[in-house]
Amino acid sequence: MIIPRRWHWAIHLVLILGVITTLVPFLFTMINSIKFFKDIAAGSLIFEPTLVNYERLFFSKQASFHKNVTNSLLIAFFTTISVLVIATLAAYSLERFKWSRWLTGILGSWILLLHIIPGVTLVGPIYLMFRSLGLYNNLLGVTLVHTLINLPMSIWVIQSFIQELPCELEESALIDGCGYLGSFIRIVVPLIAPGLAAVAVLTFVFSWNEFLYALNLTSMNTATIPVAIAKFAQQYEIRYGEMSAAAFVATIPALVFLFVAQRQIVKGLTLGALK
Amino acid sequence: MATGQPTADKTQGCAPTPHWQKTFPQQVDSLFKYWALIPLLLMLLVFSIIPILQLFRMGFSTVFFEEGQVKWFFSGLDNYYTFLSDEVFSIALYNTTLFVVVTVSIEMILGFILALLASNLRRGSGFYRTILIIPILVPAIAIGTVWRLMYNYDFGILNQILKFVGLPAQTWVADPNLAMLCVILVDVWHWIPFVFLLMLAGIESLPIEPLEAAQVDGASIWQTLCYVIVPMLRPTILVTLMFRTIFAFKVFDEVYLLTGGGPGTRTEVVSMFINRVYFQQFRWGYGAFLSLVTIALIALFVILYNRFIKSRSLA
Repeated sequence: MIIPRRWHWAIHLVLILGVITTLVPFLFTMINSIKFFKDIAAGSLIFEPTLVNYERLFFSKQASFHKNVTNSLLIAFFTTISVLVIATLAAYSLERFKWSRWLTGILGSWILLLHIIPGVTLVGPIYLMFRSLGLYNNLLGVTLVHTLINLPMSIWVIQSFIQELPCELEESALIDGCGYLGSFIRIVVPLIAPGLAAVAVLTFVFSWNEFLYALNLTSMNTATIPVAIAKFAQQYEIRYGEMSAAAFVATIPALVFLFVAQRQIVKGLTLGALK
Repeated sequence: MATGQPTADKTQGCAPTPHWQKTFPQQVDSLFKYWALIPLLLMLLVFSIIPILQLFRMGFSTVFFEEGQVKWFFSGLDNYYTFLSDEVFSIALYNTTLFVVVTVSIEMILGFILALLASNLRRGSGFYRTILIIPILVPAIAIGTVWRLMYNYDFGILNQILKFVGLPAQTWVADPNLAMLCVILVDVWHWIPFVFLLMLAGIESLPIEPLEAAQVDGASIWQTLCYVIVPMLRPTILVTLMFRTIFAFKVFDEVYLLTGGGPGTRTEVVSMFINRVYFQQFRWGYGAFLSLVTIALIALFVILYNRFIKSRSLA
């Protein structure tokens, strides 16, 4: 806006430098994941590509990575569903109905507090609670916690989408005999679908990425992908190839969503932070 | 955060209650606003209010497992005394503060500059934004893995570059003097895109007229930046700053993978330390006490920060 046209080549230069810095670590990992160990260790640029790391990751005898992928998918999927239901209902109720000031005030501050405190402060009591409820080492337990930590941002995003709707639409639905639930499901939900898509994508990705709770609330057969990768890294036996392959597999949803739903991601991230 | 503000009563204000409900019992439907909120309240109660109340109970107890059963003993201020003599926690607090100040400053400045540059482009800023979003969406653990391989002594790309330039190879994360720097570098790489994204959205939503007026009045680029863009962008900058500060304080994943808090206590941060107290030392009571201290510190920061902003904007 303020920099003259003739300098635009310099802007492109700086931003391309940024793009390269962003991409090099990923390319380096991707390339390592299709190298034999000897090529990784030698740091050679010319090598014979191989899929042996992926094979070992998924199909070797002690491999459990396919299990981790299934766990991550299940947890992320059900987290997304429950966040969508809970957050949409709550956001609608808070946004469109009269609530006393102190209730919205306290609820708002509590949601904000939940969003800003480090997860590690709650993981202790939640762990003890889950041990006694049988939710420890249980996919349901992780799903519930992931739902909780994704609620604040989702509620804010959905609220701001509802704010943009003119209330005359719901009003006429009510006059036509729709009822509150009816006008919510038939009028509001379809109209805020783009917002719900943004929330769904971000919740899925954040649940897929979450590490701290997954680390402490799961063990062997319920571990998610990040937990499995961390285990790889801690083993003394060096398995760089498989580590790279696993890291690459873990980034796939992010890349897919980036191409499919870039607009929603940008909107969701911006609204979730700046609202 | 608009959630704290009272919400206008739009539907009830402008619409009558339906009198001819057929498909859904009217009594239930008229209570819609209550039961729509119940799932959220239940989630908050069970997984955040009860755990925080538990923290207070645990923080003043000794808690341990015996034959799979949790045992509690009230131990008064024992955890408080442990806390007073705990040097590692103060080191962790110091490291975290250092980490937050350095990473957030770099991220804010570079993110802002990049956004400012990109906002000048009529075409192509979409492409840059697409690529730069990638790190935000990728698991922090995968990023830790990626950088761990980059920092590798034998084949990491950084040592290859050093070798190429003719400098001695470094041990990076294993070097006490470099470890913190390595972690900071990863965090900066990870989160500049986030600042960039928010700043770009902020700049793009600014009205164009003041900028044009400044140009007509013959303001230099520097003057336009300082007296027009930055003041108009102030709310975005302040919110981004607060969120980045708070999230940088939470740092866990990358540290866990890159250094594990080492060498020694060089990269020990608050989240790592509390996690260690809980799940490696099994000192549940003391971990709860430290959690309470951490929550109090963060709440204090947010309150002071907001008060500071308000006092500045009134002046």
